[in-house]
Amino acid sequence: MEATIATIVATAAPLVYATVGETIAEKAGVINLSLDGSILLSAMTGFATTYVTGSVMLGFLAAMLVSMVIAALIAFASIELKLNQIAIGFVLTLLAAELSSFLGRPYVGVRGTSVPHWRVPLLSDIPFLGKVLFDHNLSVYGSFLALIAAYVFIFRTKRGLELQGIGERPEAAFARGIPVNRMRYLYTVIGGALVGIAGAAYSLDVKFGWRENLTLNFGWIALAIVIFGGWHPVRAAFGCYLFGALQVLALKLQPVSAFQGVSQILPILPFVLMIFTLVIVYLDWFRRFGERHPRWRRLLSSEPPAGIGRVFERE
Amino acid sequence: MSLELRDIRKRFGAVRANDGVSLQVEEGALHGLLGENGAGKSTLMKVLSGFIEADAGQVILNGRHLEMSSPRDAITAGIGMLHQDPLVFLPFSVLDNFVLGSPNANRVEAGAELRRIGAGFGFSFDLTAPARSLTVGERQQLEIVRLLWLGAKVLILDEPTTGISATQQALLFETLRTLAAQGMIVIFVSHKLEEVEALCDRVTVMRRGKAVGDVELPAPMDQLVEMMFGRPLEVTGRKPGGPGEIALELTDVCVDDRLVSLEDLSMSVRHGEIIGLAGLEGSGQRTLLRTCAGLIEPKSGSVRAAGVDLTSRGYHHHLSSRIHYLPAGRLEEGLIRGVTITEHFLLAGEQTGPIIDWAEARRRADEMLREHSIVGTTESTAESLSGGNQQRLLLALMPDDVAVLLMEHPTRGLDLASADWVWNRLLARVAGETAIVFSSADLDELLRYSDRIVVFFGGRVFKVLDARSTDSERLAHLIGGRDVA
Repeated sequence: MEATIATIVATAAPLVYATVGETIAEKAGVINLSLDGSILLSAMTGFATTYVTGSVMLGFLAAMLVSMVIAALIAFASIELKLNQIAIGFVLTLLAAELSSFLGRPYVGVRGTSVPHWRVPLLSDIPFLGKVLFDHNLSVYGSFLALIAAYVFIFRTKRGLELQGIGERPEAAFARGIPVNRMRYLYTVIGGALVGIAGAAYSLDVKFGWRENLTLNFGWIALAIVIFGGWHPVRAAFGCYLFGALQVLALKLQPVSAFQGVSQILPILPFVLMIFTLVIVYLDWFRRFGERHPRWRRLLSSEPPAGIGRVFERE
Repeated sequence: MSLELRDIRKRFGAVRANDGVSLQVEEGALHGLLGENGAGKSTLMKVLSGFIEADAGQVILNGRHLEMSSPRDAITAGIGMLHQDPLVFLPFSVLDNFVLGSPNANRVEAGAELRRIGAGFGFSFDLTAPARSLTVGERQQLEIVRLLWLGAKVLILDEPTTGISATQQALLFETLRTLAAQGMIVIFVSHKLEEVEALCDRVTVMRRGKAVGDVELPAPMDQLVEMMFGRPLEVTGRKPGGPGEIALELTDVCVDDRLVSLEDLSMSVRHGEIIGLAGLEGSGQRTLLRTCAGLIEPKSGSVRAAGVDLTSRGYHHHLSSRIHYLPAGRLEEGLIRGVTITEHFLLAGEQTGPIIDWAEARRRADEMLREHSIVGTTESTAESLSGGNQQRLLLALMPDDVAVLLMEHPTRGLDLASADWVWNRLLARVAGETAIVFSSADLDELLRYSDRIVVFFGGRVFKVLDARSTDSERLAHLIGGRDVA
């Protein structure tokens, strides 16, 4: 049991990075739709860099850089060229995915280094929780840190409030003296960096290596989790772990003879079940519960930032 | 303290929004800035508050030239602006709205300051409530206190009376007088003559991007009207006429509309009659209009038009009984964004066959544009029109043989000339036997045009009045829920 939950936590770690990154960008009002392509290209770049240099650290940095560049492109196209964020994000998804296949060919099937494992002293000796949370590879701990840091930043700091303001009503943020577009660049690129880490965490940790379309569709799932997670990093993280659980379940069912006939569809089952679950979570019941219990309102509200996807201009 | 704007110029494309405007304001005076929609008032004030940068011109505060490239520079210099639609963040709490963007970081202190400054003007705030739950008037109060807290010495208010109740307006005016008496510069931007006259000590009139002149108040109304429009203007009154048959009748209607529920409501409107609906925003006027239009289904009771039972028959049945509804959200519910005027007429008109004759459609649209003096072309989209022209277009889209016309805020946001034009059209329809039921926050409008006024308070009908034997003071009391007569 402990081992299974630990596996779920480890499997979900890259998704946590991606959803936290995307939540930050969308809170600022910029939709980075390129996630699926960004993660693929970052995964490939991260693995290739580590393979060539032998340094996992450099691999992660290269992966971050790639996704930051893509995020910056989206911010530039949206803010300066006033292009539609959805359109540009979609095109970049396709481009990055194809690039990852093309450039990644020499690295398919080769054995590389992976993220080191580290048992946290003392904490890992706690019964149950120690095994579940504190006996992992380093990139998993990073996902915890990213999640906590994002939550504290967005909801507990002045800058975080400004970030929400930029995405909610850019004109009002501007009237309060916040440089809206500069901040949008900043947060989109920071979000991109986290997406890059997600890619590298797949190729250097969870999936150990590179093959074509290694992380295909995980980006789309991350985007869905952000939306149904109500732009709240903690609620989104729950979604990530749920998806991780579904993946692990599908994996465990594969050898069961009763499922032999349908073993082909088992790997895609988590995607279907996830969408289904998220729809249930999105039901009106949740909103009404939030209205009755103000304490939970923010966690349960599924309202998008009102200024999301909208270009801010000073007239 | 003195403020001077010198030769401000600002163009948007081919339009000269400000064409060399100069303005001088002294401390302690309530200064009005008057002009019809599109005269350039808002542009000038946005330049003054750093929201937009002028192409040329200077802002001089206390003899010092200000270089402003953002609202932050303006507020640092002590200039704060309250925008027409208060720029608050609706899902955020009152306190979050208050501290967002301020250099002061301590939330507890900020909350205490908000309460303290607010209490001085009779405002009270629930710090944890989301801004969405506040009325427009309360959002304004929050913004005013925030600007004062940030050190504003010059306060600009852009059309602040739009969408607030009579009580809140009285409180707002009181606040502005207090601030001016404390030595602040207060600039009150409005297209409503009566408001400027009631509040301000001095007024600058703008027309077509230029300042036409300064006048000490009180001044003769005619003089101001002529400055605003460049010509004298006659305001149409209502000629009493004998009402005809019952056009629409509600009997014991109960409606549940989420926030408002109407109980056992019975009323009728006759052909050639005008009924005004008064009350604070959200007291039930909208619910009644939407019930009459067939957009809300009553829980019980009946809706009959000209002898036909329409209860629970839906909007399209009401339409075919020639009951039409013009909502307040002209662009949200009335017109379609991105669709041209020609296309609007095509959509509203009778089906003439599967193929569109565009030349003919354009010719007919052009005819309607001229007939209703709408400023725009057949290819203009709905959102490119000004508020007044959108309302003209909505009226033009309606067929001639309307039996009952339900209108929300027929002249909200319209300047005098447009408002008068709209009412001229409406009165012409009433003379042609149309019955009109309209809601309005403008007491003068209600009294001037209605035969009867129905006052709503807290989701029920509070009083039904004969408009001719009522004055605005009594009406204001009734709207606030007090029956003094």
